[in-house]
Amino acid sequence: MSPPLLCVGEEEGPPNNVSLLASSSSMDSICQNNSELKERNYMGLSDCSSEDSSVVSKVSNDNKASLNLKATELRLGLPGSQSPERNPDICLSSSAKLDEKPLFPLHPTNESHYPLQKNNKRVFSDAMDGFSEGKYLSNSELLSPRPAPNLGLKSGSVLENLGAQPAKTKDPATQKATQERPHAANETRSNQNGSANNTSSAPATKAQVVGWPPIRSFRKNSLATTSKNNDEVDGKAAPGALFVKVSMDGAPYLRKVDLKNYSKYQELSSALEKMFSCFTIGQYGSHGALGREMLSESKLKDLLHGSEFVLTYEDKDGDWMLVGDVPWEMFIDTCKRMRIMKSSDAIGLAPRAMEKCKNRN
Amino acid sequence: MESYSKRKRECPSSPESTQPSSFPDEVLERVLALLTSHKDRSSVSLVCKDWYNAERWSRTRVFIGNCYSVSPEILARRFPNIRCVILKGKPRFSDFNLVPHNWGADIHAWLVAFANNYPFLEELRLKRMAVNDESLEFLALNFPNFKVLSLLSCDGFSTDGLAAITTHCKNLTELDIHENGVEDRSGNWLSCFPESFTSLEVLNYANLSSEVNFDALERLVSRCKSLKVLKVNKSISLEQLQRLLVRAPQLVELGTGTFVQELTPRQCAELESAFNNCKNIHTLSGLWEATVLHLPALYPACSNLTFLNLSYAALQSGELAKLLAHCPRLQRLWVLDTVEDKGLEAVGSNCPLLEELRVFPADPFDEEIIHGVTEAGFLAVSFGCRRLHYVLYFCRQMTNAAVATIVQNCPDFTHFRLCIMNPGQPDYLTNEPMDEAFGAVVRTCTKLQRLSVSGLLTDLTFEYIGNYAKNLEVLSVAFAGSSDWGMQCVLGGCSKLRKLEIRDCPFGNLALLSGLEKYESMRSLWMSACKLTMSGCRRLAREMPRLNVEVMKEDGSDDGHADKVYVYRTVAGPRRDAPPSVLTL
Repeated sequence: MSPPLLCVGEEEGPPNNVSLLASSSSMDSICQNNSELKERNYMGLSDCSSEDSSVVSKVSNDNKASLNLKATELRLGLPGSQSPERNPDICLSSSAKLDEKPLFPLHPTNESHYPLQKNNKRVFSDAMDGFSEGKYLSNSELLSPRPAPNLGLKSGSVLENLGAQPAKTKDPATQKATQERPHAANETRSNQNGSANNTSSAPATKAQVVGWPPIRSFRKNSLATTSKNNDEVDGKAAPGALFVKVSMDGAPYLRKVDLKNYSKYQELSSALEKMFSCFTIGQYGSHGALGREMLSESKLKDLLHGSEFVLTYEDKDGDWMLVGDVPWEMFIDTCKRMRIMKSSDAIGLAPRAMEKCKNRN
Repeated sequence: MESYSKRKRECPSSPESTQPSSFPDEVLERVLALLTSHKDRSSVSLVCKDWYNAERWSRTRVFIGNCYSVSPEILARRFPNIRCVILKGKPRFSDFNLVPHNWGADIHAWLVAFANNYPFLEELRLKRMAVNDESLEFLALNFPNFKVLSLLSCDGFSTDGLAAITTHCKNLTELDIHENGVEDRSGNWLSCFPESFTSLEVLNYANLSSEVNFDALERLVSRCKSLKVLKVNKSISLEQLQRLLVRAPQLVELGTGTFVQELTPRQCAELESAFNNCKNIHTLSGLWEATVLHLPALYPACSNLTFLNLSYAALQSGELAKLLAHCPRLQRLWVLDTVEDKGLEAVGSNCPLLEELRVFPADPFDEEIIHGVTEAGFLAVSFGCRRLHYVLYFCRQMTNAAVATIVQNCPDFTHFRLCIMNPGQPDYLTNEPMDEAFGAVVRTCTKLQRLSVSGLLTDLTFEYIGNYAKNLEVLSVAFAGSSDWGMQCVLGGCSKLRKLEIRDCPFGNLALLSGLEKYESMRSLWMSACKLTMSGCRRLAREMPRLNVEVMKEDGSDDGHADKVYVYRTVAGPRRDAPPSVLTL
């Protein structure tokens, strides 16, 4: 609802094929007012985007106008599609590998990290540039969102159902049962907007499209169970997967990451960046071997003040710690789950974090 | 088969002759009884009245591709001796939740008609039908000769209905319940097979989740000496699998349970030995959570393997490579994209006889791309497997150049289903639409019967399809095209088109109505989230009375907008069992 969001949409240019930005920005502006928009999330995944963008828009409001781009950048992007014209120093190769971008949010005015968010809308608009508008107008018409009033119907019941099923971790039987009812409503929304609503909460666009990719329910359910089993099995029986939940303040659903996939904090940071929006993690290692000791309380506070969010984790003792203070191996041994919290909430962590560091010395 | 029909057509009776055909009806019927292909039988029935009658009396198997295209009464009137019915119901997009849940395709009315007309019905194969427990019980109780039940992608029933089948069908030879929306209440249904029951040849319950009573299963397998196909669910452990294999070394198709367990060395050896004794296995599936630990136990059984379904086993490239080294005769392979391009390279190197490849995404909705295949993997397969003619490929990036090379390597594609998972994504290297890729496919693969397109596509793709894909029968389109012209090209150019399914494309009434004459020669047309309006659909319905034009409305949508449209030819008239959200115009 903040004007910047709408401006952002226009910056991207009207005849976007998938009109992700245009639609998303206008949707998001409504989103922020209207929690019912969550329903458009068929997979229960999209709402984070609107939350994120609402958060981000606040930041962008606070910062320079140039940061408006950030608002669009921070959508949860569609996987795998990277524009080849990416700014090289963003260092996203066209491969799907996680990038090794340095941790970013010490200085929120540093824009370099924002394009890290996969902005798949770039891809479409880039493609758009090569073609006459005429060809695409009809497409974009189709894909531009229907008037907002159509949205937000059937909020209550559907929301319950959707809320009940984050895609991958649901038990298949329940998933099947809960899938029955929301589908009718899902299709409601999908068809109100033509295909636009598929992509309208831009970030997790792909995840939100009903019936796309075209994979049959039984297969989706089986995959869900398989990954769930992996999560539950202890390290030794499962082939080395170490999934932990990651929650983010304000996001309606959690994610899971496999800590075994990363070998250092930077990788984890970039991966989570892609999943959520900006956050901060500790600076272990960047100051050398004695990083822990060098991270004074004041520095920590600087860190925390420097950004909207911080990444924290719950360790085996049940304490919430700032991520990045301990060596990576120790971290993955002790981390039970993670939370991306607002830095205002995290200030209180600093003293405890320092204490634990001292205790671990 | 075709030449055989032709010979029969040149039968001695000439138009002016007043003598009846010199073939007595009984002989003709006997001869026609040997015809198995549905298409041939249809052709035969069109020759003359005698042949029509002979054909209808001799037909025992009937295939109905759209359950609403004909009614049970019409079926019973024409074919008095049916033993086997194959029925398909909902449009294919119902698999992806695009069809309202209560749309129809209920089997019950058919069963009632069958009970009246075909009490000796033996075989029923259903796909995308709504089946409930009451119907299953009715089936179990009313057909004493019932032998084969195969349900694929059906929903509405629970394991209680299965229990009715297993309890009452004394002559059952096949129970195949895979890939359905089953309410899994318990595994009791298996224990309902009486101890005297020995006729089972095929048992596939791989997609159920409840545990069955293992002792009952073991005894069942022991006493059913003709068991050829056994596909268990993931609750069966490795140890239990070994015990089953020992009792059924004659198996031809095996679906394992969960393929990971802590086994003692002795148990490992026993497992390997059990597989070693199963020399007849040509199809292998299941393999949930299979890892490098236990896969080697399989190797002895792989020498005759022609179909390997690893789509539930998240294998890495190395594991796959090792396994494929033991499968030289492989013709069909289904994998998850966890094997990545490297795994597909191994496919190219190890499987020269490969004809079919399906690569499913392990994490289709995850933005975090840890696994996945690209154009490189597909290329690698095409270089090594020149006989490839069926592919289903989910990927996150593709290029026009790669596809062009692929079809050059493998020009015999009959089924080309490429799904670039990001809707409307262009060639990731050139940023151009994927038009040229599919242009290359249709130009090069003259035998192409089925095509699914994806990625950023303009009308040019459809011009290519209309111009070149002369044998195309099934086309699936999503998020593609620029204007009505695209769809018009397809409708105008693809003379053999039978099924057209479209979603989220900018095709409107003009395109819809350009196919007026065509739809009666097709089985069905599906268009959802396109630009159709009610008036366009009404006009279609008005002009073509032998088509059913169904519009599925969403609550709150524009009144003039036709959200989902399903058009199909029918001799049964408009259906009477549609729910309120489905309007038949």
